[in-house]
Amino acid sequence: MAERPEDLNLPNAVITRIIKEALPDGVNISKEARSAISRAASVFVLYATSCANNFAMKGKRKTLNASDVLSAMEEMEFQRFISPLKEALEAYRREQKGKKEASEQKKKDKDKKTDSEEQDKSREEDDEDEERLEEEEQNEEEEVDN
Amino acid sequence: MADAAVGKDKCGEQRLVSLPLSRIRVIMKSSPEVSSINQEALVLTAKATELFVQYLATCSYRHGSGKTKKALTYSDLASTAEDSETLQFLSDILPKKILASKYLKMLKEKREEEEEEDDDGESDIGEVLA
Repeated sequence: MAERPEDLNLPNAVITRIIKEALPDGVNISKEARSAISRAASVFVLYATSCANNFAMKGKRKTLNASDVLSAMEEMEFQRFISPLKEALEAYRREQKGKKEASEQKKKDKDKKTDSEEQDKSREEDDEDEERLEEEEQNEEEEVDN
Repeated sequence: MADAAVGKDKCGEQRLVSLPLSRIRVIMKSSPEVSSINQEALVLTAKATELFVQYLATCSYRHGSGKTKKALTYSDLASTAEDSETLQFLSDILPKKILASKYLKMLKEKREEEEEEDDDGESDIGEVLA
């Protein structure tokens, strides 16, 4: 590996938060333990990646995909992760689909706007008139109070 | 404070994953034979890492010395790595700590064993040093 281990670390704040959320309240985690878990997490990524890559190569693919990662978990004997990972994958796919539809909708709206730009412009002018009227009314009220 | 913790990236998967995808990607790419990584694979790896951190922490805490349940220490982690088959891959980076004196004693004992074996006619560097 070209990179030194220090460069492949995950942010301490996030690691600490994940640990705290997993353990019961009030449990202290020594600095050494935190740092060890962080290192372990980096090693886990490397191990998982290497494992997933084997599956990709078996399938004659150069790009790692989701199923490679799931197969890697099985191989590494982390079957317990598979079902939450599948759920996360479903959620991610739904989110991506939603975003795609939203951006397609935006594009449609944009096209519609260009067509009816003139209508919008006149509506804006009306709004400005309304504002001016309101201000005038306020000014009148103040005078009366005086 | 810039919250890298929330794992914001261009896709903004804040809710699914807390670890920063960019960092996960850097680690994954450092693996020699990997050419490219599909976005889903990246998200799943990040998520798996989070699950792993939770698993390692809770496992070590439960497995721990039992003397005090108020803290998670390095030795809890090291002993869990050693005792759990699934966590064997961590045993090198989470070695158990021993006293230096004990280590030196172990080295000495090992050397004595090797010297005994030499009598069977096997060459050993020990002979050269002796």
